Amino acid sequence: MSVVYFIFQQTMYFMIPLMIVALGAMFSERSGIINIALEGIMTMGAFTGILFIHFTGGSMNGQFQLIAAVLISMVTGMVFSLFHAYASINMKSNQVISGTALNMFAPAFAIFVARVIQGVQQVQFNNTFRITSVPLLGKIPFFGPLLFQNAYITTYIGIAIFLLSTIVLYKTRFGLRLRSCGEHPQAADSAGINVYRMQYAGVMISGALGGLGGLVFVVPTSTNFNADVAGYGFLALAVLIFGQWKPVNIMLASLFFGLMKAIASAYSGIPFLSSLGIPSYFYKMVPYIITLIVLIFTSRNSQAPKAEGIPYDKGQR
Amino acid sequence: MKPKQIKDHTGILSSIFAIVLGLIVGLIILFLCNPKQALPGFATILSGAFTHGAKGVGQVFYYATPIILTGLSVGFAFKTGLFNIGTPGQFIMGGFGAVYVGILWTSLGPAHWIVALLASVILGAVWGLVPGLLKAYFNVNEVIASIMMNYIGMYLVNWIVKSYKPLFNNLRNESRNVAATANIPKMGLDKIFPGSSVNGGILIAILTVIVIWLLLNKTTFGYELKAVGFNRDASKYAGINEKKSIILSMMIAGAIAGLAGGLLYLAGTGKHIEIKDVLASEGFTGISVALLGLSNPIGVLFSGIFIAYLTAGGFYLQLFEFSTEIIDIIVAVIIYFSAFALMVKIILSKIHKQKGEKAEAAKEGGTKS
Repeated sequence: MSVVYFIFQQTMYFMIPLMIVALGAMFSERSGIINIALEGIMTMGAFTGILFIHFTGGSMNGQFQLIAAVLISMVTGMVFSLFHAYASINMKSNQVISGTALNMFAPAFAIFVARVIQGVQQVQFNNTFRITSVPLLGKIPFFGPLLFQNAYITTYIGIAIFLLSTIVLYKTRFGLRLRSCGEHPQAADSAGINVYRMQYAGVMISGALGGLGGLVFVVPTSTNFNADVAGYGFLALAVLIFGQWKPVNIMLASLFFGLMKAIASAYSGIPFLSSLGIPSYFYKMVPYIITLIVLIFTSRNSQAPKAEGIPYDKGQR
Repeated sequence: MKPKQIKDHTGILSSIFAIVLGLIVGLIILFLCNPKQALPGFATILSGAFTHGAKGVGQVFYYATPIILTGLSVGFAFKTGLFNIGTPGQFIMGGFGAVYVGILWTSLGPAHWIVALLASVILGAVWGLVPGLLKAYFNVNEVIASIMMNYIGMYLVNWIVKSYKPLFNNLRNESRNVAATANIPKMGLDKIFPGSSVNGGILIAILTVIVIWLLLNKTTFGYELKAVGFNRDASKYAGINEKKSIILSMMIAGAIAGLAGGLLYLAGTGKHIEIKDVLASEGFTGISVALLGLSNPIGVLFSGIFIAYLTAGGFYLQLFEFSTEIIDIIVAVIIYFSAFALMVKIILSKIHKQKGEKAEAAKEGGTKS
């Protein structure tokens, strides 16, 4: 039984950041803007958040410190994503190009600034955030060890974000308007919706969640930040497509990807899997191969927003 | 012909505009870090490549070789309406093919390096073929498919190199040296640029650029590829086999990127396949090179050399205690602004208008007096 708990806890460390970032990407793509810059946004968010933790280490309560870092990462991601928003909405530039530029910029910037500030590019931090067992809840049989032991407060933030984004996307006026901009911006505009403003909102949400996702990825899985989020931004794009741009499906897709990642990183500690003797590279490759296969079956009638990637030009209405 | 010329004009101007802005941003960042060293540091970026005369120039060509080809790969795909973000995967597969043949097939003699390069071309082509097939038959977005192929390729290469003893150097956690016969001949370049790492690879790269330029601009096949890129449905009704075009485009793009990997790992400069879970940066640099070179093969040649020149200059920046990442920042800013073609167009048309108005005003003034 403890193996199940262990795998599940490991899975959460990988799943939550993927889900947060993929949900962010969903808001951007649902508004019509492809955001391939997630990798860069995650790097920037993780960088400022970890830098904050590095410099305030020990001076305040761990949980409070983590929440402050979360806010910093979100703001950083949001500000950084504005560059993408400006290029793709105002300048109507190719969204993939500006996204690529942001992806190149972020790690270079993080290394450069880290070197200037502290001499080396790795930013060390003390992980004081792990909650061994949540009071009361951790003692519930089965669910206690599953969800409320060896957890991080960011896990619960991630779950809250999932619930919130489902409600926002489907049950609010804002969500309806956002979706209409991604499907048919001309129609949305003639119904009185400010398309540019909705697209800015979409990209900024993806920036905030992307920045947060970067921090949430680094904190449980490492003790230093090396200007790198291990391709999670790109993986989140795969999760988004795997989940067909729908929140619940995205959650399930990220659960699957998270499980695969957890197995790849911890399989030697799992007696059943280590006796199979399959190298970890196999588990590392599986999510990508499965995504390719899923793409084959889903791309014919893809649920992708119809107008994504096409700059909205008022003059073409 | 005329409208096309005007368009080309804007393209080059927007590239120059982007380069200037990128360099300015770089200068500003240097100033913010260390105002005293900023100007000499900036001068080093621009002149560092020439510090050691001919050797430095040779070094620029050496750095330029792989990124010209990955840039050509991305640019070629762009011309045919595809975004090949899969260069990192194709690059490492190509590199793996070259290293595999280079280490194991030692009985080939003087043809060894040619066979090794062929292996890199074939593996690269296979890695481009998969997204091409998926795009043509299943309508899978080639960007996403290529990203997946990048990671699959990287893990696959690491897996094979690490688990196959003859290939793996256990002590240094990287691939072993290739046989001397597999190294690309210098082709006389070591006499022109003594002391540098440049080799025949740059000539092969330039030759490939010319071949692709001819293919795109002077052949029916190239015309068909471009036509499918402009409008898939229209070309289909015009009788072009659009599926075949897409597949071949991606294959050729993959083959070029694979060749880039082969040329780098057979350069005989101590470059090995390292077992790291990181995508090949040469592949991503190819995207920058292609964007800056406006996807034109000749443009790609020059932008590849330009970025290599900045990289070589950045190398000497360490003397001023700046880290070399400033070059990546500058290149990223250049790429970001190169997407701003619209802004350049607006500025140009404003200047044009003002000129026109002035000319008209002058005319009116002339008739009055």
